Amino acid sequence: MKPFAYERPDDAARAVATVAADTGAVFLAGGTNLVDHLRLGIAAPSTLVDVTGLTSAEITDLPDGGLRIGAGVRNADLAADERVRRRYPALAQALLAGASGQLRNMATTGGNLLQRTRCSYFQDLTTPCNKREPGAGCAALEGWARHHAVLGATHEPAGVACVATHPSDMAVALVALDAQVHVLGPDGERTVPAGRLHRLPGDDPARDTVLAHGELITAVDLPPSAIAARSAYRKVRDRASFAFALVSVAAALDVDAGGTVRDARIALGGVAHVPWRATAAEQALVGGPATDDAFRAAARAELVDARPVESPRGGTAFKLPLVTATLAATLRDLAVREETA
Amino acid sequence: MTTASRPFVPRAVGTPRPRPEGPQKVRGTARYAVETADTDALYLFPVQAAVTRGRVTAIDTSAAEALDGVVAVLTHENAPRLAREADADHGVLQSATIHQHGQYLAAVLATSSETAREAAALVSVTCVEEPHAAVLDEDSPDLYAPGSLVVGATDDTRGDPEAALAAAEVTLRRTYRTPMEHHQPLEPHSTVARWDGERLVLHDATQAVSWTRQAMAAAFGIEESAVDVVSAHVGGGFGSKGGTHPNTVLTALAARAVPGRSVRYALTRQQMFDLVGHRPATVQHVALGSDREGRLTAITHDVVTQGSRISEFVEPAAAFSRGMYAAAARRTTHRTVPLDIGTPTFMRAPGEAPGSFAGESAMDELAIELGTDPVELRLRNEPDVDPETGRPFSSRNLVACLRRGAERFGWADRDPAPRARLVDGWWHGTGVAAASFPVVRFPGSEATIRAAGSGVYEVEIAAADIGQGARAALTAIAADALEVPVERIDLRIGDTAYGAAGPAGGSAGTTSWGATIVEAAERFRDKYGDDPDDGDEADAATPDNPWASDYAMHAYGAHFVEVAVHADTGEIRVPRMLGVFAAGRIVNPLTARSQFLGGMTWGLSAALHEESVLDDRFGHVVNRDLAGYHVATNADVGTVDVEWLDEDDPYVNPMGTKGIGEIGIVGVAAAVANAAHHATGVRVRSLPITLDAFLE
Amino acid sequence: MKVDVSLTVDGRHHRLAVDTRTTVLDALREHLDVTSPKKGCDHGQCGACTVLLDGRRTLSCLSLACAHDGAEITTADGLAPDGELHPVAQAFLDHDAYQCGYCTPGQICSAVGMLAEAAAGAPSIVSGDLTAPVDLDRAEIAERLSGNLCRCGAYAHIVDAVSEVAP
Repeated sequence: MKPFAYERPDDAARAVATVAADTGAVFLAGGTNLVDHLRLGIAAPSTLVDVTGLTSAEITDLPDGGLRIGAGVRNADLAADERVRRRYPALAQALLAGASGQLRNMATTGGNLLQRTRCSYFQDLTTPCNKREPGAGCAALEGWARHHAVLGATHEPAGVACVATHPSDMAVALVALDAQVHVLGPDGERTVPAGRLHRLPGDDPARDTVLAHGELITAVDLPPSAIAARSAYRKVRDRASFAFALVSVAAALDVDAGGTVRDARIALGGVAHVPWRATAAEQALVGGPATDDAFRAAARAELVDARPVESPRGGTAFKLPLVTATLAATLRDLAVREETA
Repeated sequence: MTTASRPFVPRAVGTPRPRPEGPQKVRGTARYAVETADTDALYLFPVQAAVTRGRVTAIDTSAAEALDGVVAVLTHENAPRLAREADADHGVLQSATIHQHGQYLAAVLATSSETAREAAALVSVTCVEEPHAAVLDEDSPDLYAPGSLVVGATDDTRGDPEAALAAAEVTLRRTYRTPMEHHQPLEPHSTVARWDGERLVLHDATQAVSWTRQAMAAAFGIEESAVDVVSAHVGGGFGSKGGTHPNTVLTALAARAVPGRSVRYALTRQQMFDLVGHRPATVQHVALGSDREGRLTAITHDVVTQGSRISEFVEPAAAFSRGMYAAAARRTTHRTVPLDIGTPTFMRAPGEAPGSFAGESAMDELAIELGTDPVELRLRNEPDVDPETGRPFSSRNLVACLRRGAERFGWADRDPAPRARLVDGWWHGTGVAAASFPVVRFPGSEATIRAAGSGVYEVEIAAADIGQGARAALTAIAADALEVPVERIDLRIGDTAYGAAGPAGGSAGTTSWGATIVEAAERFRDKYGDDPDDGDEADAATPDNPWASDYAMHAYGAHFVEVAVHADTGEIRVPRMLGVFAAGRIVNPLTARSQFLGGMTWGLSAALHEESVLDDRFGHVVNRDLAGYHVATNADVGTVDVEWLDEDDPYVNPMGTKGIGEIGIVGVAAAVANAAHHATGVRVRSLPITLDAFLE
Repeated sequence: MKVDVSLTVDGRHHRLAVDTRTTVLDALREHLDVTSPKKGCDHGQCGACTVLLDGRRTLSCLSLACAHDGAEITTADGLAPDGELHPVAQAFLDHDAYQCGYCTPGQICSAVGMLAEAAAGAPSIVSGDLTAPVDLDRAEIAERLSGNLCRCGAYAHIVDAVSEVAP
């Protein structure tokens, strides 16, 4: 770990100005991912700018009936918030499915969105990784690929290949719930839809999000949504707890009395470099019957362009049937719940 | 048995007793090795090889040395020389040759941990790389038959197994695979080393202070008496802290550079995947021949296991099949493929754990083939004498374990049909497997008993408490041997000052140390009676067991588990486990339950989670932390029932103990696989059992 | 780079100069000789370093000391006065809910923090109804303590111990 300076500015604007002016400076919030990376040598900043207390740690009601979540709200507090539990259950469940009780007490809303991939080759300085060292190659392509992407990944050319997945559970729910992310930059504020915050690797896998250096997430807005109250998050992983998703589904479903899907919101985790909004699946569902066959057909529609990693050390082909099964199970539960409600 | 003239009457033994160190452990004030370091101890951080095979051609330490707070940087060019006797594994910083990824190439000593680590990253190493092998390939031209196993012969053949298989009414041939696994005790391997002149003082996380002392004496070419090793509390071992690994040698070597000053080194979690041993992967071919009634006529169990070019360790996985069931014809073999990786080592139930996965899965497959209940199949093949040695058993209660387990688990109601119980979206099934583990006694322990006044006896033995509860157990044994209350025993362990001692390993600690203490108590009482003067003292070495060549001695057990597999996602859970054991006399029922439970939890963890992914392109384990290498979490464990049968075995040792540290894990993975098959109809022959096996 | 921080640890006030890179865990263990919180993985993956930081269970290995100036820290050693044991610690002894003891202080701090979270009504991922009152059954306790690995495999006894103390 290289030495670094530690600063705690008086307000968010000053923090933004400090980081924007110094390519070696980074924001520090809960620290659960950054401190990890400092120790691994993945991150070697010259200055940490602590934003704890500089962004809101409150959850407030918006005039339109939505909720504003301060970027400094800890994951545990967000999950425990009565309004979130009642109005956005998929978000509460996603948070509770993530990490551990201790980590949820530390991690912030802003930091959770910006956590980086857990690809083991990214974390290992002795193996090539285009995300860590552009142009070095991607060891994951023919490596241990259990956690890797099946959608939107870059398989070639070698110098930009990246099959990493975004590890956040919370972000998957936020994408499904059409959240808006407020960002403060040196030139002022802007708003980015949660579904457009993260980016696919394309030809620049080193960049995880559309944020510029120095831009700070200050808050996340959840829009008012009737369907969100009928949402759920289902995470499938290799342990019963404290493990990253192999596949996860955040979904909300609105079914009319005749059993026809009126509306659907779906996002997938564990399958892509971004929390993956499943628009093809949503479109396939709306107007059709809320049946297991239709749910599975919707999943297949989403997976038309899927490309698993085929690795001698274990590929990701299993994720295709797993996405289908998990989506079907999640939607079935939501449909049953609605029927009994 | 000992020269004992007095019978050992269990009084404290058999009574539940909390650990004497418990209050310290729950407060966190019990000091583990690295926590004993004095405040001016230097921090060591190593530089490791990023290639798997080759040579260091240049190593530049100038940037590291320039850093404020760096006291020394050792490399193969300037490190003190080790003695020629050093074990091949221990030739740390002695040459430019690279044998494995992660090998130590340099070590930084600095005044703070942050500086040591920063400086290590500044050491620039240039290497030439050579081709390496790091994949277990049964067809490798390097495959060879090792000279012998840790216990028993490499190969053992009785009768004509191939002819018997060919003639059998039913023949089953299957291949099973188990992965590379790592011990990962929660306390990383750690050492504090200091040289006082030619005397080496170590605080080390070890299962055997005496073994560490021997290894250090050999490595540095000094007398064993010039090495002090202290290890008061050890945060888990499971075998990796049995043998001495390069980290301890490196710390002591580095301390040579700063005489009189302590050097401390605790491995990072990532380093725990490189240098302190592992359980090697196995490929196991099992064949069973049987008549229609399920009486076995032939058993073959042929194992290919991954080894290391650095030094030899062979996972004795087929040994499990040498004694479990009666069959006239039998073959067990072991072959090894040496790879360019660190040396494997003992890991909780070495041999038995992977071997029982194959052997007990195959028994289940045969039961299904025959349409026989799997408990009944095992009962039908109970041997009269030990199939391996032909000796009678000192005691063998496998049948009783199976029967009692079946009763308690409700096995009689089981419908054998697979994929027939869907409850709330989960397929449920149940499975059984049998377990055994040999009774081992390590020679060479020494115990001293001294009258300390006021009726108190000091009992000294260099035993290790790695969590099994040695303090409570040995206190009880000493009390009963001296026929005094436990309050009058002042037990001292974990220090070479108390002489030589065998390890906390092989499920043999209590047996080996206990037999030694009983012997010392005998001598003490023979010499001084029961009203000694202050300072009266007697000692003894571990006695031989006079029955050792007359009887076969094993502990036995039976596992029953329930498995649920999600009908959509294939997620697998184990809501219910039961283990019934016949393992001799139980010294401390409170801590014994924890040992069985812990073993069973290990079995569950191996069944569902554990796999070190050796990426042969790079030659190292790539899921090299506790987020990547999964061990079971609390939520993975459902209800776990443990029961043991009373067993009075007069042949194993005066206390009647058999060892309970490892048998809990043996057979669990097979029971889970068998239950998963019963739940889903899918047979998984490769560990760990993950959800992808059940996806449609 | 050094910074001055003040920490209150188990009721004792300390002022110390630490490297900006020093974690709360290392500040406790290396600078203050408070070795109750353990270093198991140093990456937030095992829970052995769990302490109560300003009343909440926190991983001290991922917390930089410089970012926690003025923090109030309670380790397992500070849960009860010398010579006494916190009820959770006593339950761990009674149920033999540990073996090697290395994860134990973290388990106990985690359990104490968890019980407070549950008392405040926080749900978990295994709570069927997110808005119902918390019922700390075995599955709830196990899930809520899954951030604390125990390699000795004492989980079932840990759940027994915590069940006894849970409301």
